[in-house]
Amino acid sequence: MESAALRIEQQASEPEPAVQQPPPDAIEPAINPQRLATYVRRWLSLNRGGLRAVFVGAISLALFLLSWHLLTKYRVVFFVRFTNVPSPASVYESLTRAVHDHKFFMHVMLSCRRILLGFSLAAIIAVPLGLVMGRFKLAHEILFPIAEILRPIPAIAWVPMSIMLWPTNEQSIVFITFLGSFFPILVNTLHGMSLVDPVLVRASQCLGAREASIFREVYFPASLPHIFTGLTVGMGVAWVSLIAAEMISGQFGIGYFTWEAYSLVQYPDIALGMICIGVLGLGSSSLIRGLGRLVMPWNRT
Amino acid sequence: MSETNMAAPTKGRIDVRNFGLSYDTLEGPIEAVCDASIHVNPGEFVSIVGPSGCGKSTLLNAVAGFLKPTKGGVAVDDEPVDGPGADRGMVFQQYSLFPWKTVKENVEFGLKMKHLDKSSRDRAARTLLGLAGLTAFEKKYPDSLSGGMKQRVGIVRALATGPKVLLLDEPFGALDAQTRVIMQQILTNMWQRLKISVLFVTHDIDEAIFLSDRVYCMTARPGTIKAEITIPLERPRHQSMMMSSEFLGLRRGLMSLIREESIKAMGGELNDLALDGLSIDLHGQSLADVI
Repeated sequence: MESAALRIEQQASEPEPAVQQPPPDAIEPAINPQRLATYVRRWLSLNRGGLRAVFVGAISLALFLLSWHLLTKYRVVFFVRFTNVPSPASVYESLTRAVHDHKFFMHVMLSCRRILLGFSLAAIIAVPLGLVMGRFKLAHEILFPIAEILRPIPAIAWVPMSIMLWPTNEQSIVFITFLGSFFPILVNTLHGMSLVDPVLVRASQCLGAREASIFREVYFPASLPHIFTGLTVGMGVAWVSLIAAEMISGQFGIGYFTWEAYSLVQYPDIALGMICIGVLGLGSSSLIRGLGRLVMPWNRT
Repeated sequence: MSETNMAAPTKGRIDVRNFGLSYDTLEGPIEAVCDASIHVNPGEFVSIVGPSGCGKSTLLNAVAGFLKPTKGGVAVDDEPVDGPGADRGMVFQQYSLFPWKTVKENVEFGLKMKHLDKSSRDRAARTLLGLAGLTAFEKKYPDSLSGGMKQRVGIVRALATGPKVLLLDEPFGALDAQTRVIMQQILTNMWQRLKISVLFVTHDIDEAIFLSDRVYCMTARPGTIKAEITIPLERPRHQSMMMSSEFLGLRRGLMSLIREESIKAMGGELNDLALDGLSIDLHGQSLADVI
């Protein structure tokens, strides 16, 4: 079959006016102090909003630390009691001790491993399940009612059941982490599938795409932004579930570390554990966001 | 261009015979289109005009294979249409480019579905993009393009698989007037070079006359073919022809045909008196006083 493209090619041998021009700054020397200065000036004016946010944010954080310091220094009691709350300095001291302590490191690593396992399993199962449920009515009709009943149950409520289900403590904690992130990922993937523009599906059909190609080339990439929203939310809930599970049934992990510090009356370690959880949660969320930006280069806004 | 390859094209004949389509509702079936017959000869440019909701897009979607007629049949080159396929390229009013693919990847999509190897895909896409003056934008994502550019890519993408016919559903409806005129020019150029059959749906009468060899005018719902008008304007056509008495005569004729139907399509007892201010007589009072 003679395609239109090939037919045009024969005619297009006559020179077409080229639209492309050489980039104007290709001839100039690479570094020119005057150009560099204007470049920096432009960068500053373009990023004024971002720089302002960083500046204000730094001040805000400093004020937060200062008020924490003052509240604990004077042991303020005003409805809430700061009598036993550790000061920022004592938490810092406890941190310097902890970084040399391999046991603290082990707690952190173990929590990270549980997150990695539970969250990855959730993503590996929930994303394909959501895609299939979004595409095939029967799968949706069968699985959706079950998901709707299980979804409102908080992962922490699964702790006793999980201990019964799994032979080891470690497995039940990973299972709870898995449950925490599973439903946000599933629901968001489903949502993404329901929002796929039908015109794009029709356009692909007009271009000769069959079921498998439509799935791969249209439904999946079209749902990706929502899948990543689900992954980000799921990661947050995974941490919430993990810490709760570790506090209840763990022997290791950063959640257990925080709880143990309270039992052992090592108050600075409580704040250290909390800050550590916050930093880990923030880090894993930004990791997912970065991955999303990498996978969806068209989605830069 | 040489005049030697002006041999009449033989492929791409569209036949729609006694086409009817009705929807089932609680109140019973509603007829959207009823007993419409149209045809497009190989290499011909045919438009369908009509008031909104007359079923002109329904007709086009049936040719594309998205809708099954409840009566009659649709055939392309004597083959009955059964579902969408790459032999009928389609351009949609909503731009419908894949946002996650670059301009070039969008154009290559149909060829990828045909399992063409990467280098021939690449060559074909570049040639087509060059033809449409889009070479400089091949690596851009659709979101960074203007409406006119997006639709150019849409047309090029539909043509890339070498379809027998090109179906366009109000492709320039969302563009501003200036861009639309340029796009019409580009479309005619490509059509003349490729000698492909075109079925074009629009509500813009000027556009239909300027582009087409023949224009079908549809009635209000249930849509039927009210008239078939041959456009005798010579080709190539130019912007200046839109002021010629011949063009204006055609325009007047089509206008009055459409106007009747548009008034019917709006329903109720709209008459000419109502159109002159909807029979509102406030007897010199302001609207607030009357209410």
